[in-house]
Amino acid sequence: MEKSLLAPGHRACAGCAMPTTIRLVLDAAGPNTIVVSPTGCLEVTTTPFPESAWCVPWIHSLFENAAAVASGVEVMQKRRGKNTNVIVIGGDGSTFDIGIGSNSGMFERGHKILYVCYDNEAYMNTGVQRSGSTPFCAHTTTTPSGSQSQGNPRPKKDMPAIALAHKVPYVATASVAYPVDLRRKVKKALQVNGPSYIQVNAPCITGWTFEAGTMIELARLAVESGLWPLTEYENGELTGVKKVRRPKLVEEYLKMQGRYKHLFKKGECAGMLGQIQAMADANIAKYQLVD
Amino acid sequence: MSEKTANMKVVEGSYAVAHAVMCCRPDVISAYPITPQTHIVENLSQMVADGELDSEFLTVDSEFSALSVLVGVCAAGGRGYSSTTSQGLALMYEVLYNVSGMRMPVVMNVANRAMGAPLNIWNDQQDSIGARDVGWLQIYVENVQEAVDATLQAYKIAEDAEIRTPIMVCMDGFILTHVYEPVELLDKEKAREFLPTYQPADILDPAHPKTFGAFADPSTFTEFRYQQFESQLKALGKIEKVAREFEETFGRYYGGLLDGYFVEDAEIVIISLGSVIGTIKDAIDEMRSEGKKVGLLKVRCYRPFPVQALRKALKDACAIAVIEKDVAIGGEAGLVTDLKAAFYNSNIRTPIIGFAAGLGGRDITVKDIRKIVAKAEAARKGIQSEFEFLNLRTEIL
Repeated sequence: MEKSLLAPGHRACAGCAMPTTIRLVLDAAGPNTIVVSPTGCLEVTTTPFPESAWCVPWIHSLFENAAAVASGVEVMQKRRGKNTNVIVIGGDGSTFDIGIGSNSGMFERGHKILYVCYDNEAYMNTGVQRSGSTPFCAHTTTTPSGSQSQGNPRPKKDMPAIALAHKVPYVATASVAYPVDLRRKVKKALQVNGPSYIQVNAPCITGWTFEAGTMIELARLAVESGLWPLTEYENGELTGVKKVRRPKLVEEYLKMQGRYKHLFKKGECAGMLGQIQAMADANIAKYQLVD
Repeated sequence: MSEKTANMKVVEGSYAVAHAVMCCRPDVISAYPITPQTHIVENLSQMVADGELDSEFLTVDSEFSALSVLVGVCAAGGRGYSSTTSQGLALMYEVLYNVSGMRMPVVMNVANRAMGAPLNIWNDQQDSIGARDVGWLQIYVENVQEAVDATLQAYKIAEDAEIRTPIMVCMDGFILTHVYEPVELLDKEKAREFLPTYQPADILDPAHPKTFGAFADPSTFTEFRYQQFESQLKALGKIEKVAREFEETFGRYYGGLLDGYFVEDAEIVIISLGSVIGTIKDAIDEMRSEGKKVGLLKVRCYRPFPVQALRKALKDACAIAVIEKDVAIGGEAGLVTDLKAAFYNSNIRTPIIGFAAGLGGRDITVKDIRKIVAKAEAARKGIQSEFEFLNLRTEIL
């Protein structure tokens, strides 16, 4: 394998899906790429001055403006006649919540920018607080489970649908557990003459609490349970769905993670498990995940 | 004379500034509408639409994004422009620190306007004075011509390798943005000679990958701040130098850091910034004709704060009155506080009184200036009121 464009020696947790995701994205994009990142785990683990893990040009400005900064970068590439890939790589807090205004602006202005969200479903850098991406019932430090709480009371925000509502010509979901699929989607997105959005399921060992060494298995179960369908939209049309051969029960996925352990106490929360299974079943039906 | 006035036209202040921006040849203009700044970017968008100006014009989703776009533009080696005011400047607050900390030489016109609440679209300078510590240079202009000229000077100062610091060119909203007055528009070719193309050494370039915006821990953060601080101090000399270079090319000079009007022999000196300077000059003309030794010191450059120049210019004054369109709510106001701080460790012991005036667009008249001078005269024998709101309508309190 060629040398990665994300150098080793960064400070991400062992078992974190983020650096693996970034490496796959950079492998597919190649060196003629400029990356813009918002504040977050990726930024703090890869760029403690005077060190940097980035072997491509990289810029961080603020938490909520990566898409706007990237817009400036992209406009300059066009102006100078350069065909450089401009990629935003940010977490879900930035993408779904605080930066959604600047994302919306970038999408509707039609910049040729690939936006990759590594989605670990909470504000992990600040210590596992709920984000708009946190799924139903997940325990976080601001949606803790307790005698009066089953964790996060709301379902995850549908960010790909928001991108699609902007007529973003290429929108896809991907997973760190499916590297071939992810690389292919990145390459495809970079061919699009306009914005593109890829949301990658990227488990966080600290926030989700799972056993080290099971990260990929866990990410695969998210797909196989139907909770994280791998989809692809081109010009608003659903053009690709990764089929699931033998769907797994959501319970299998949930029980591996500390953030859902309250759901398994003395069977008290059978209703919640049922609701989550219903979400997966709805995905299986909507995307015809099973032949 | 004929050569000097060849470009003289009666235009709106916003058009004149937009024309100056065109002469600065920004690669990218990012714009968001807010009164009373909007005419500047409207004029620029028309210039782009008509092919007069070869710039990318981005209509963004907020002022926050307007300035954020320019972070990317500068990092990619481009020259960036935006303009804003009041609530828009406040929305940019986080980005202001970022632009200065990342040493992006952005130039922005601020059409000074009051900060809500209560909502008020009229002129004062609460917005930019409130942003005095964000690491930007700040120049306050007296009239439209100076706004035009300062905009061109600003790029030259900001992009200087030793300075690399963003600048706000602050002009009073409506009073200067919407006024029609005769202005000598810049000559494009002369402007090109005066301001060469921006070619920074470090840019986002895949052939030479560099990391921008790394985080600094306690072992290096102080030094990053110090370098910004040091560059601001260096800008004191640079602003003066560029003002003189401008004079050589265009024949106009407004003072670099400060400008005096009958200040040398003045016993009472008024200090202020912005468009009210014109009114103060009228008042001084009146009072001088009556034999009163009154003078004016205009603060053109508020950041960096020209401490030594102020000490030198004011050393012989008997009383000083500061008139400013801002309030440090809970303290006094920006300029008066800074001036007192500048004098404390010097041997100047001149009484200083401060006035918050013209807030939210209230007029400041010649009569008001005379009233202030009378108070300063009285302060020579002992200060009655150190700081007050001019023309406070106590009947509606």
